[in-house]
Amino acid sequence: MKPKVAFFDFTSCEGCQLDALNLDVGEVLGLLGAVDIVNFREVKTDRSDDYDIAFIEGSITKESEIPRIQAIRAQAKVLVALGACACTGGVNCMKNAYPMEDLLKGVYGECAEYYNTIPARPVSAVVPVDAYIRGCPPTTAEFVNVVKSLLLGKRPDLPNYPVCTECRIAGNVCVFQRGGTCIGPVTRGGCEALCVSSGRFCWGCRGLVDDPNTNSEKDILARYGLTIDQILERFKIYNSYSEVSKCQS
Amino acid sequence: MSELKIKVNQLTRVEGHGNIHLEATDGKLDRVLWEVTESPRFFEWMLKGRNYDDVSTISSRICGICSISHTTASLQATESAFGIKLTEQAWLLRKLLYDAEMLESHVLHVLFLIAPDFLGADSVIPLVATHGDIIVMAVRLKKLAYNLAEVLAGRKTHPITPIVGGWSKLPDVDELKAIRERLEKAMEDMDTMVAVVKSVAPMIPDFQRPTEYIALKDPKEYSFITGKIASSDGGTFDLVDYKQITNEFCVPHSSSKFAKHSRDSYMVGALSRFNLNSEQLLPRAKKAAKELGMKAPIHNPFFISVAQTVETVHAMEDAINIIDKLLARGLHEEEVKVKPRAGRGVGIVEAPRGLLIHDYTYDEAGNIVSANCIIPTGQNHLSIQKDFDALAPTILEKPEDEIRHTLEMLVRAYDPCISCSVH
Repeated sequence: MKPKVAFFDFTSCEGCQLDALNLDVGEVLGLLGAVDIVNFREVKTDRSDDYDIAFIEGSITKESEIPRIQAIRAQAKVLVALGACACTGGVNCMKNAYPMEDLLKGVYGECAEYYNTIPARPVSAVVPVDAYIRGCPPTTAEFVNVVKSLLLGKRPDLPNYPVCTECRIAGNVCVFQRGGTCIGPVTRGGCEALCVSSGRFCWGCRGLVDDPNTNSEKDILARYGLTIDQILERFKIYNSYSEVSKCQS
Repeated sequence: MSELKIKVNQLTRVEGHGNIHLEATDGKLDRVLWEVTESPRFFEWMLKGRNYDDVSTISSRICGICSISHTTASLQATESAFGIKLTEQAWLLRKLLYDAEMLESHVLHVLFLIAPDFLGADSVIPLVATHGDIIVMAVRLKKLAYNLAEVLAGRKTHPITPIVGGWSKLPDVDELKAIRERLEKAMEDMDTMVAVVKSVAPMIPDFQRPTEYIALKDPKEYSFITGKIASSDGGTFDLVDYKQITNEFCVPHSSSKFAKHSRDSYMVGALSRFNLNSEQLLPRAKKAAKELGMKAPIHNPFFISVAQTVETVHAMEDAINIIDKLLARGLHEEEVKVKPRAGRGVGIVEAPRGLLIHDYTYDEAGNIVSANCIIPTGQNHLSIQKDFDALAPTILEKPEDEIRHTLEMLVRAYDPCISCSVH
């Protein structure tokens, strides 16, 4: 019996679902041979509520999304958070800096009363999550790796070292040495430092490593004449929800 | 008394969350409603206070499908605010990346999301068994578009290298050459794609509702990211005057704002572009349009995907031409100098599904004071509703499943980016 897989989208740009499936022909056929995709609103009309593995995209930003994610959790044997919005709350949590009423009035004006919103939160803040596929968006390779692990009944082995490790392997000049600021020293790797290798810097989309070396980060900031506030502004783009961000703001 | 109630919760094979409600009594329509239930994300507020260097990174996250469009509109808004002019090389690269956006988005919509409607399937998945060659081609084309974007921008979804004033990293020449070869080969796939669409064209519902068609217009080319706003009802508008067109307003059943201009609705997207600019299509795309029997103006919204097919050919042709230009002139490192200044800038592009507007006001340090984003699907919601109003009464005698399916197909035809429209 092939495992039944479902994809669900909550508040997000829906890029992760489509990016995860940006597979080559062989990979597509391989995936379809290994699992039954039973629920995937963005590409499929028929739906079934009988599934084993649920991939969740997006964060929770409406009251009505809470019972929905709870019902999915109750059904799924394995629940996977897919992408930054699901894993850390992602960019959606930037709105949490404002009173919800101000947001509604600011964007919808007199019609604010038609709509509702609650502070955005990652999926794990509402229900237990079994596995995380991080990034904004995650890489297709990582998605495939996680699927393979889950099908083998293994816990996915994902990097828990900072982006700097991969950045060095990629042979990049350190962003700080180029005069910029970078969240790479405290951000979980696995992206092969794609943004820095593309001439930019790390925005921290994969969230913090489990045990960030904050002292070392402070040393780096001091060495390059930066304050914690300067780096925190950028850090908050993806990690507004995290405790680190809360205690600093 | 016979009552008919149709309710589609969370329409499938579209981006984002929308519902359809229809109620009729004794064969007479009581109401038909297009309802947008997507969660608001408040990007315009998120952008407040953000430095220009992070702005396109944040605003591209409005949409995973058309993130290159958002990036481009965002960069052009900031460049306009700061008075930055791009070099020829930077323009060519930006247009080339844009072709990748059109290509990927249109292939996804026409061959993965729309095709099952015409081939009697619930999704593309069973088509792997019944129409294997076409699906293999669709996967190949989508991958090619993705790879083209990767070579230029690091990745397709949420591009990395396009920055205010230019590029943080130039593409590798050998990779560009390799992509060019694949594009040339894929022109054969375009013949197949056109033939596939032509073969299902007789199944397209015969429905006409003329409306106002709005798109960018550029005297020099079939416009994707340049030019002014033009209306089929006449007149062109400077980009900064976009509010004269969009006139956003709220309705209680939609978390996306609606928009309205001179008529009861207007349409943006591939069919609007085709209706306004088809004479400027590149030769192979013109041939494809002829093959598909497309002649402007077309007033059937179900033909949006046929127009997308023509644009797919155009984008591929344009991409080959641009790569040839880039290779002939050589790629050169260019220093990107940005001097922020206080002021307002408007960037408008043609996202695959239509006119996309980013409007920013900056302070002198280059931080955003206020932002306004207007999304193509937001502009099309009213057109979808008015099409519903016109179409539903004419199909009420049909079986319930067929009515439901026709209404679903109509929304899908617009290729809506619903979460994008709520942002």
